[in-house]
Amino acid sequence: MISTNKTELDLTVSIGGLTLQNPIMPASGAFGEDMEKVVDFNRLGAVVPKSITKEPRKGNATPRVCETVGGMINSIGIQSKGIAYYLENIVPYYGRYDIPLISSISADSVEEFAEMSEILASRVEVSALELNISCPNLKGNGLAFGMDPEITYRLLQTVRQVTDKPLIAKLSPNVTSIQEIARAADEGGADSLNVANTILAMSIDVHTRKPKIGNVMGGLSGPAVKPIIVRMIYQVRQVSALPIIGCGGVMNGEDAIEMILAGASAVQVGTASFIQPTAMLDILEEIKQYMRQYQITDIKSLVGQVYVQKQKMEEC
Amino acid sequence: MKQGNMRILSNRQVSDRYWHMIVDASGLDAEVYPGQFFNIRCSEETYPLLRRPFSIYRINRSAGTLEFLYLVKGLGTKRLTERKAGETVDIFGPLGTPFTLQEDWKTVLLIARGVGIATLAALAQDAAERGIRAAAILSARSQNDLLATKTLQGFGADVYKVTEEDGNSDVVSVRLLLEKILERHKIDAAFTCGSKRLSRLLQEVTAVHQIPAQIALEEHMGCAMGVCFACVCDVREGETLKTVRVCKEGPVFPLEKVVLA
Repeated sequence: MISTNKTELDLTVSIGGLTLQNPIMPASGAFGEDMEKVVDFNRLGAVVPKSITKEPRKGNATPRVCETVGGMINSIGIQSKGIAYYLENIVPYYGRYDIPLISSISADSVEEFAEMSEILASRVEVSALELNISCPNLKGNGLAFGMDPEITYRLLQTVRQVTDKPLIAKLSPNVTSIQEIARAADEGGADSLNVANTILAMSIDVHTRKPKIGNVMGGLSGPAVKPIIVRMIYQVRQVSALPIIGCGGVMNGEDAIEMILAGASAVQVGTASFIQPTAMLDILEEIKQYMRQYQITDIKSLVGQVYVQKQKMEEC
Repeated sequence: MKQGNMRILSNRQVSDRYWHMIVDASGLDAEVYPGQFFNIRCSEETYPLLRRPFSIYRINRSAGTLEFLYLVKGLGTKRLTERKAGETVDIFGPLGTPFTLQEDWKTVLLIARGVGIATLAALAQDAAERGIRAAAILSARSQNDLLATKTLQGFGADVYKVTEEDGNSDVVSVRLLLEKILERHKIDAAFTCGSKRLSRLLQEVTAVHQIPAQIALEEHMGCAMGVCFACVCDVREGETLKTVRVCKEGPVFPLEKVVLA
């Protein structure tokens, strides 16, 4: 008989050499120290503080967020206190917790990504690096490093040379073929792929005829984007054996399971935490309920287990 | 900060555009101070998705209730009007930095526009309980939009009403009224909320008269707990400008520091 004892559920997952006690972690930019008051960080798979830039950044003009049906658009623009502050304050703060600290990095050039990666990787508290090659809010009308396979390859290859710590490439969904970029990141030396960042979007106030956010365009997140992200996880799974972290619109346990079935090993939670501050822990409990319901003892056994019966297409 | 369901004791329309909600906060194991706010989930649906920030209108500690006075502005607040007494509402808070009152202050000035008075009413209550008198200028589009006059008078405040309807709510008229009040009373501190135009005026006047002043800012919020950096404003720190979070470092700031664009 299969036991339903809670303690027998194996929720551990591995993402590129890093073992997590469970697959749930926050999305960068939707997580900070203040959440400590509502979430026990030690129960998460990992912590991922907001992306850090080398120099302090002011961020974009307000309004920085607006709501759309089933989602929100943000144009924060990575407001940052710079890497010196991060090393002195953020790294030691999260270093006190028992779970891995994943440092998310945003930089203006390949060389700067490498420089920052080397500095951060030298800190024992930092377990892995997430390379945010996909933020759509930076200069260039939403262009990002992760939209070009050659730059993605070169960036990963360059950073790979400066550290042995696990590298997570946070991919952009704002591309024609995410498979092409995923392959480039894989070949460049990534250990894991984050699928994906927010989707470039825009919303207009029809009464004032002005864009609803100060930066005109921003990144869409929330439940509205989940089907797109699930599709992208499934596609990336076809071309790369690297572990995938799914990110985009996960609001509950079933959403997380959906991404895992599509091919994700772990899942990041962003917008949901704004609506339900305890969302990450609630999602974790719902995953456990699902596992008990279907007598699944090891979460890893679900990764990529979507049943796809491909029909034979008639030639046209 | 805590998140949980609170029972709605009443939720009724008080004027054309404003509603008043009372919730049972007896289960809230936290002190609540004027100027703080709660982030309320107006609907269980995915649209509107985000919570909405509501400042505290009244704190009734003995009855264990909290009151919110809110403007029906968009879909979120519209959904909130549909919630009935007896239902529960998902509330997250208290959040943010409150107003501060000094024990040696004798008289304070409050100046608010529209729903901004909802934020200052809780302060007027707190001031009255500490024996501090208040003079309040309330500004609105119309007499119908003037809120909380009786509530403030109940706290012993001298209330001055200005409206577009009466043609006395423009900056020039309000400046004259302000100067008159300052001649009549020795104002120890001033507080404002709800209008950048009036806040700029108060910034100028309090600077000239060297009166300390505080402002409660309103801004679109994402998380309301200092995480997302959506709701920011610029404040002066000496010679430099610093971008700070309204939900975390605010919503109450020293008026002289805030850059009112």
